[in-house]
Amino acid sequence: MTTASAFDAAGAIGDDHAAGLRRDQWRERMGLAGLAAPALLLVTVTMLVPVGWLFGLSFLDDSGALSLEHYRRMLAEPSYGRTFLTTFEISLATTLICILLGYPLAYFLSQLPRRAANLCMIAVLLPFWTSLLVRTYAWLVLLQRSGLINTWGMKLGLWSEPLQLVHNMSGTLIGMVHIMLPFMVLPLYGTMRAIDRNLLRAAASLGSTPVHGFWTVFFPLSLPGLAAGASLVFVLCLGFYVTPAMLGGGKVTMVSNRIANDIELFFNWGAASALGVVLLVITLVVLVLAARLSRGAGLFGAGH
Amino acid sequence: MSWLDRPASDTQISHRARLWLYGLGALVLAFLAVPTLIVIPMSFSQSQYLEFPPREWSLRWYEAYFSSSSWMAATATSFKAGFCTALLATPLGTLAAYGLHASRLRFAGLAILALLTPTIVPVILVGIALFYAYVQLKMVNSFLGIVLAHTMLAVPIVMMIVGSALKSFDLDQERVARSLGATRTQAFLQVTAPQIGFALVTSAVLSFLTSFDEVVIALFVSGGDNATLTRMMFLALRDQIDPTIAAISTIMIVMTSLLLAVSQLFGKADS
Repeated sequence: MTTASAFDAAGAIGDDHAAGLRRDQWRERMGLAGLAAPALLLVTVTMLVPVGWLFGLSFLDDSGALSLEHYRRMLAEPSYGRTFLTTFEISLATTLICILLGYPLAYFLSQLPRRAANLCMIAVLLPFWTSLLVRTYAWLVLLQRSGLINTWGMKLGLWSEPLQLVHNMSGTLIGMVHIMLPFMVLPLYGTMRAIDRNLLRAAASLGSTPVHGFWTVFFPLSLPGLAAGASLVFVLCLGFYVTPAMLGGGKVTMVSNRIANDIELFFNWGAASALGVVLLVITLVVLVLAARLSRGAGLFGAGH
Repeated sequence: MSWLDRPASDTQISHRARLWLYGLGALVLAFLAVPTLIVIPMSFSQSQYLEFPPREWSLRWYEAYFSSSSWMAATATSFKAGFCTALLATPLGTLAAYGLHASRLRFAGLAILALLTPTIVPVILVGIALFYAYVQLKMVNSFLGIVLAHTMLAVPIVMMIVGSALKSFDLDQERVARSLGATRTQAFLQVTAPQIGFALVTSAVLSFLTSFDEVVIALFVSGGDNATLTRMMFLALRDQIDPTIAAISTIMIVMTSLLLAVSQLFGKADS
């Protein structure tokens, strides 16, 4: 055997080994990824397939033939347009109120010493870990005609007749803002805490007043948190069901309530699934737009 | 008061100029915390009409709750469903988070996205889709049906918690254990699992609560003997304001706070 061929043989063995190692590594990595199989199977069976099923259902008419009937009806009937309009209005209003209340609160917390801020955080997180129904119930009790808000308001002379605060739009909005506010405060607070205080010192040393420094330095730096919080709140609002159903008293119909009515009252699967598909598409579009806007910063990660 | 004129921040703004901010902050904090807490004293009221502060105290709403067989049955269902959900979702989500994290495959991101869909899809859609599917499978009102649905909702939560714990965990530690002769399973159980223990406990607690608090899916797919507590509460609230629910709410608030406090203590002892 010449030296050259011995080298070749050794090289071939080396290649074999390398290929073998690569194969082993590939196999191991596939095996590891396979650990996700049970979870994927569950999500597929209980979520992707049923939702896909509904998706298909929305394109069938009553006789089972392929048609766009349900979507056409959605465009033709003005009541559907009103439902979507209501949903957008409520979501937008909730988002705006959450910004108006949440921004000052997050700013206030970010200015406190860390220990005090953490203590106040408990109040922000309290709604997170109390059941949605418990909180909705609390608002029903507080806002009713003979409820605490009305009795105290009249006792203090703020108004003389009991106000209709619940079973309408205002009750729905109060309940939804209460639920969504922590989702606004948490990303805002995180962003504000991360802002370098030296920048504000620099602005002050260069002669800016506190207010001017806030608007030109602090506020622009807090915008990513605001964008993340606002888009999260808006998207989650689109799918609300329980709060408008209970605090709206049948007068506030968001898309989710309409879907539930179509099923519970009219057994109209086609109409309900078409509405569901449109709601899902709108949700995804808003999510993608928001992710583009805030480069996907901390958008995912919240339940209903 | 002299502290009012002292600078409150690096920009030299005085506390006095900031009083409105402190006031507004306190008000918003109260808006967040008080409505939930006010249910607690109300649950001890004697009166049928929920007044605050209650004129006479009593335990009658607790009696009404504990002596009602339908409330008790629904509570038992919710507890069982919560336990089963925690028991299923914690290992499923942990396996998925660990496997996808350690495999470093390119399509892992896609799998993670698929597993996170339950947090994105509006819950009403999941509710009616599952109802439709369960009708075909004759699983409406079944206990298994509600547990599977809640597990699906809880898996992404477990994945996010365990996934972020794994991000700060050095997988080389497992490689060391395996080079010393441990199998992958042994390495995970003896080296990794104890170090992400807090995340596992938190995952189990939050899975339980996810199931226990879930309303919309339970409305559609639970019923009969397997109606959950939230379903019964929702239906009762739609008709009238029954003070029994104040008692149930108080029990739920106390239970949730205890669960989370205990899991936090576990985390403190752990680190």
